[in-house]
Amino acid sequence: MITYEWLYILAGSAFAVWAALSLKDGRWGNAAFWALLSASFLLGSHLSDLANGVLVLAMVAIAGLGGLKRSDPPTTSLEERQAHAGQLGNRLFIPALVVPLTAVAGTLLYNYTPLGETGLFEARRETLILFGIGVLAALVGAMAWLRPPLLAPAQEGRRLIDSIGWAAILPQMLAALGAVFASAGVGDIIGGVARGVIPEGSIFLTVVVFALGMAGFTMIMGNAFAAFPVMAAAIGIPLLIQQYGGTPAVIGAVGMLAGFCGTLLTPMAANFNIVPAALLELKDQNGVIRQQVGTAVPLLLCNIAIIYVGAFWLWS
Amino acid sequence: MSYWPLAGIAIVVLGFALRLNPLLVVVSAALATGVLAGLDLVAVIEALGKASNDNRYISVTWIILPVIGLLERYGLQQRARAVIEGMRGATMGKLLVAYLAFRQIASALGMKDIGGHPQAVRPLVAPMAEAAAVKTHGDLSEDARDEVKAMAAATDNIGLFFGEDIFFAIASILLIQGVFEAAGYPLTPLELSVWAIPTAICAFAIHAWRVLAFDRRLGRAQR
Repeated sequence: MITYEWLYILAGSAFAVWAALSLKDGRWGNAAFWALLSASFLLGSHLSDLANGVLVLAMVAIAGLGGLKRSDPPTTSLEERQAHAGQLGNRLFIPALVVPLTAVAGTLLYNYTPLGETGLFEARRETLILFGIGVLAALVGAMAWLRPPLLAPAQEGRRLIDSIGWAAILPQMLAALGAVFASAGVGDIIGGVARGVIPEGSIFLTVVVFALGMAGFTMIMGNAFAAFPVMAAAIGIPLLIQQYGGTPAVIGAVGMLAGFCGTLLTPMAANFNIVPAALLELKDQNGVIRQQVGTAVPLLLCNIAIIYVGAFWLWS
Repeated sequence: MSYWPLAGIAIVVLGFALRLNPLLVVVSAALATGVLAGLDLVAVIEALGKASNDNRYISVTWIILPVIGLLERYGLQQRARAVIEGMRGATMGKLLVAYLAFRQIASALGMKDIGGHPQAVRPLVAPMAEAAAVKTHGDLSEDARDEVKAMAAATDNIGLFFGEDIFFAIASILLIQGVFEAAGYPLTPLELSVWAIPTAICAFAIHAWRVLAFDRRLGRAQR
């Protein structure tokens, strides 16, 4: 049976290759960071919780001290890319499309045909495993088609992962923060406070508070990912799911999107709102946000309606 | 009941406001929350290690980077630019609606780095929108030009945010899965990502209507 462990070995190997290439490039901070992440992927299931915790702290220390830098591995020039693009045309999109196609078509086939009875994949893990298979298929296909130097995908991947840097493990760490919040009882505390404020039994007002809380916390932090573990522990899980029996998938997915409406409204999300204003040389630093208000606010109301109808009326 | 564990939330808010390294902020908040909830430091590090280890699959999505990087080596970004340039000739409203659809669909298929402010909006979408607006409405004031460019940037953000979650192998979807699984609600990425579709449709309808209304308003202001 193919399990997540296979994916961890695949990803761990990719991080190990990036660590080795960084080392060869003399980028010690990057090499150490990707090597630790690789160790976490390859060995994590066999290490003690404490050892895994120490791995995390070491990675955070490297990132916090600014040890991760962008890199510039050898690649093609702008002129070469222009020429290739003209010659290859829209076929260039095909390998990128192979990945989602493999995952979605594979998941549907696996779940709605007798294929599922083979037990080939770990239960509920098939989509991400098929994503990994799709990546391998796309990579092999693209290599055979384009015939680049053997190390090209590893070097191009390193260029991209180094431009992402420490942010690559931020979502994973935010999910871990959510788990720590849950075990420390943060949800119970805020849920208790919220129950005192929201009229007893009003599902609709609880949905409104959840969605506004996601948007509001996102505006304060500039990041819906950071707001999500907090609001899920506070209202989403204890009240909407446990007390009122809402559908978890709707509350999670649309709750996050309510947070994205907050991202459109805050100067704290500098990358999306302030940087483009500077790039476009706008006189008003908040010019982009001003154009987004008229979409974000009605869309937040739509999200409230979608959560209320989707989580409590359909399939309940 | 003690309210001390909430200090972790305060640390997150404060740390982000002070622009400290977010990774440092998040892990400090986790450690503080555990200690203030009465666990000893070693137990908190163990809890953090276990939680991080259980959520490794969120970071598995980066294995796609060699494929994307390889395609970029052969001009993926340049090809995307050609597609965007092909939208030329229309009015500003139609151009931005087409770009919104392109951005949403590409993101939904996992190509969220096609587009973006430095790569697409500044060099392509904003100048094209401005040129189209001038062509239809005649010369525009400085403020109106700024509004057009800002609307181009806004369209890029909205297309990305309300397209990307339809792609299941993306950090936000897997983060939701991780948080819910830790709380005892196992979900699959596809179950979550299909619920991004209704909001994506609403976002398209609302923003497309606004862009077209903006184009008409510019026309009236010029008359």
